[in-house]
Amino acid sequence: MSEDPKSSASYRDIPGTFVFDAQHSRKGYHLNMFMMSLIKPENREAFKADEEGYLDGFKLSPEQRRAILERDYNGMLEVGGNVYYTLKLAATDGTPYEAAYANMAGMERQDFRSMMIAGGRPADGNMHLTDWEKGTD
Amino acid sequence: MSHVPLVGLAVDKGMTEEDYFKPLFDGFEFSKKWIEEEKPDAIILVYNDHASAFSLEMIPTFALGCAEEFEIADEGFGPRPVPTVKGCPELAWHIAQSTILDEFDMTIVNKMAVDHGFTVPLSLMFGQPEEWPCPIIPLSVNVIQFPPPTGNRCYQLGKAIRRAVDSFPEDMKVVIFGTGGMSHQLQGPRTGLVNSEFDQFFLDNFGPSPENLIAIEHEKYLREAGSEGIELVMWLIMRGALDAKVVEKHRHYHVPVSNTAFGHLILENEGE
Repeated sequence: MSEDPKSSASYRDIPGTFVFDAQHSRKGYHLNMFMMSLIKPENREAFKADEEGYLDGFKLSPEQRRAILERDYNGMLEVGGNVYYTLKLAATDGTPYEAAYANMAGMERQDFRSMMIAGGRPADGNMHLTDWEKGTD
Repeated sequence: MSHVPLVGLAVDKGMTEEDYFKPLFDGFEFSKKWIEEEKPDAIILVYNDHASAFSLEMIPTFALGCAEEFEIADEGFGPRPVPTVKGCPELAWHIAQSTILDEFDMTIVNKMAVDHGFTVPLSLMFGQPEEWPCPIIPLSVNVIQFPPPTGNRCYQLGKAIRRAVDSFPEDMKVVIFGTGGMSHQLQGPRTGLVNSEFDQFFLDNFGPSPENLIAIEHEKYLREAGSEGIELVMWLIMRGALDAKVVEKHRHYHVPVSNTAFGHLILENEGE
């Protein structure tokens, strides 16, 4: 992911999180406005009928196009997407939000649901990048 | 109170008695009775638009709905089957004028579809009526584009709204809803984060000592309450609009609803 190397915002240290700041918003403007177009039923139909053709109407980078076409929800966030916008694609697909969350968590849907029923992902051990670097790899 | 879209689906599809949802809806039995007895003349509903009325084309920090009527938004799967919202233009315009002269630069909105952030709290409090029982004024707060307004700014705006309501010539009973939160993260690999300790601290301090909450910095919300947990700043608008001393009539906290921690409080002014 290509974060601005000059950015020293301390919230960049929050793991697994894309803060929708100015940098992110500028990068994702066209992707998010594509998502916004899906609040109209006629646009949802047009997109479903011809995804590639519909996306030609928006100034998307190749990576943004790929992430959308492959329903790579984390990928969309990396290239500037905001989750409130990207969930409109899930709605258009008839994909339950829970499936989209599980996709981003890298888990099976049932496992994600079980994690939530057990109280969710704990804050302890998930608040700093160093927590993740220690534990996961 | 929280405003998870899944709750709207549960109401609309008649799933409120299912094991998964029952603890949530049971927690509202008191609150439904309470508001039925209070019979407010108007409700001010503080919520955030989720890319429905506003997109990245325009991002108002505080937007007050002053129209006669607000349509229900289509969020990608068609509008929820709930009544259209009747506004309260006289009071809303008064609040807009009063807060602007009080140095809060309110955006005045005459056309704004309202989404689950707005309709879910109404469904929880009123069930499935033919019409909502009173006029409702939407106050939309930007919590999507970073940075949202600070907790302190929200709290001070609440006080300005209170001054506006107090100076309205007509004697009306007004209830204010602060919605959003509690701890949750919708996005990215860390989705599903819940921090009950943070939420309990927030609930414990909200009534008696909001001064402990208004200084919480954005980064702390993002890190500890999840990236969407920052919606909690909206509760502070409600808190600011109440008296310094309040009575907690009801408290309810439940995990999970979808991938969030759900909480709600009913507070009344102590004086009277």
